[in-house]
Amino acid sequence: MTAITQIRRNDQPIYLDYQATTPMDPRVLEAMMPYFTHKFGNSGSRSHAYGWEAEEGTEKARAQVAKLIGADEKEVIFTSGATESNNLAIRGVAEFYKDRKNHIITTVTEHKCVLDTCRHLEQQGFEVTYLPVRQDGLLDLEVLRAAITDKTVLVSVMAVNNEIGVIQPLAEIGKICREKKVFFHTDAAQAAGKIPLDVEALNIDLMSISGHKIYGPKGIGALYVRRKPRVRLVPMIVGGGQERGFRSGTLPTPLCVGLGEAAEICMKEMDVEAKRLKKLQERMLNGLRAKLTDIVVNGDLEQRIPGNLNISFAYVEGESLMMGIKNLAVSSGSACTSASLEPSYVLRALGVEEEMAHTSLRIGLGRFTTEHEVDTAVDELVRHVNKLREMSPLWEMAQEGIDIKSIEWAAH
Amino acid sequence: MAYSEKLIDHYENPRNIGSFDKTAEDVGTGLVGAPACGDVMKLQIKVGPDGLIEDAKFKTFGCGSAIASSSLVTEWVKGKTIDEAETIKNTDIARHLALPPVKIHCSVLAEDAIKAAIADYRAKATKKAE
Repeated sequence: MTAITQIRRNDQPIYLDYQATTPMDPRVLEAMMPYFTHKFGNSGSRSHAYGWEAEEGTEKARAQVAKLIGADEKEVIFTSGATESNNLAIRGVAEFYKDRKNHIITTVTEHKCVLDTCRHLEQQGFEVTYLPVRQDGLLDLEVLRAAITDKTVLVSVMAVNNEIGVIQPLAEIGKICREKKVFFHTDAAQAAGKIPLDVEALNIDLMSISGHKIYGPKGIGALYVRRKPRVRLVPMIVGGGQERGFRSGTLPTPLCVGLGEAAEICMKEMDVEAKRLKKLQERMLNGLRAKLTDIVVNGDLEQRIPGNLNISFAYVEGESLMMGIKNLAVSSGSACTSASLEPSYVLRALGVEEEMAHTSLRIGLGRFTTEHEVDTAVDELVRHVNKLREMSPLWEMAQEGIDIKSIEWAAH
Repeated sequence: MAYSEKLIDHYENPRNIGSFDKTAEDVGTGLVGAPACGDVMKLQIKVGPDGLIEDAKFKTFGCGSAIASSSLVTEWVKGKTIDEAETIKNTDIARHLALPPVKIHCSVLAEDAIKAAIADYRAKATKKAE
């Protein structure tokens, strides 16, 4: 384990939002530093030592990323992040094969950057099927199988959901796709480095990876593009032909090096870290359950990364709870913090009732989370949930045995 | 989202949380909003024999702005006649708490809650008179 146990200043809230982003591991920063200063060359410069040195850095990083997912280094291209990787994978495949096939399959709980990419393709005349998920957040394989037609070119299913942390059955999805000769893309932004991923074993053709979700820098990501059988893409960014022509632009050497180092640390420490996080997740959940009733975990608890909890605290609105727990940095599924005021579409897709979706928090645990922080978080959550329940008319009704659904509420 | 000091004060130290017996003749109860929308306010007024609102209580399920809006109006209605209380406008609440635009509906809900509580009190009074 790393010697660094705390990177938070004492005046900062406890960071429990590891699905939003992660702090950079100091070891990653250390690996990056020389590439900001004296190793500043352009990895594309073939004529002098500055270029060679930079290229050495980017190619080592490429190999480190490839190793994390069981790929060949030639199959990894650097991008600006998972959003770009998802755009490139989906639009790139759709546009390249559009004369033969025009149908894409994805799920309703994907990240917005996948859904929005698909919406754009629909506007251009592509057919997109958005598959529902079961109540546990997982895709029903028979539903997937039934949706594939001879016009289907790509299935895009995220590996791990960013809100509820559930792990989709990648091996089974990969098997179905290979059998039906359909490309399989997975957005692995929340999965890479957290759970074992092997593109061969899982039959994955395209995989998106993000740097800042795995204790690496922001502004860098990668896309795995299979070579055998070959996946072809129309590039989104054209120019100097870097990255096998899939993604032009000078590589940001320090960021590439950071992503590579982050990937290697994740791979080395994955087992130990997963076990530690599982304990923290259990400690958090048991602590809350011991002191609070009427709390519900959204999404399957077993098929889930250990660093995520998504909990509905019935009768307490999420944003008001977040306002109370000032010492904790978490995220809310209630979305009352956003301009839309709509509760999370992911929770709604699971069939979570709107009133319960409004009461949910996403709690993300990670590499630098300590037992003490978990205990402090439990205490603070319990205190504020109780305080807000004392002032909740819904809690009062529930205590009086009134069924909230029996009341005719005026929608506003 | 940055909230005003007044709003945060009402959220952290809410005034007049609680409930009156909703069947009492001198109590008017307003229950507005909907759980599915993420806001429910229960506002109650207790009217004295002199026609003045002598006490008010609230319970709110909702965001910090909803809690603050309802807390604020319980303070404002006390000591007023029900006719005076009825003139409280959502814009006054929004201005006092400096609600951001996306939270204006919280002040609208608080105004609705007072109106509903007054209507309930009046309905009871009319029934009693008959």
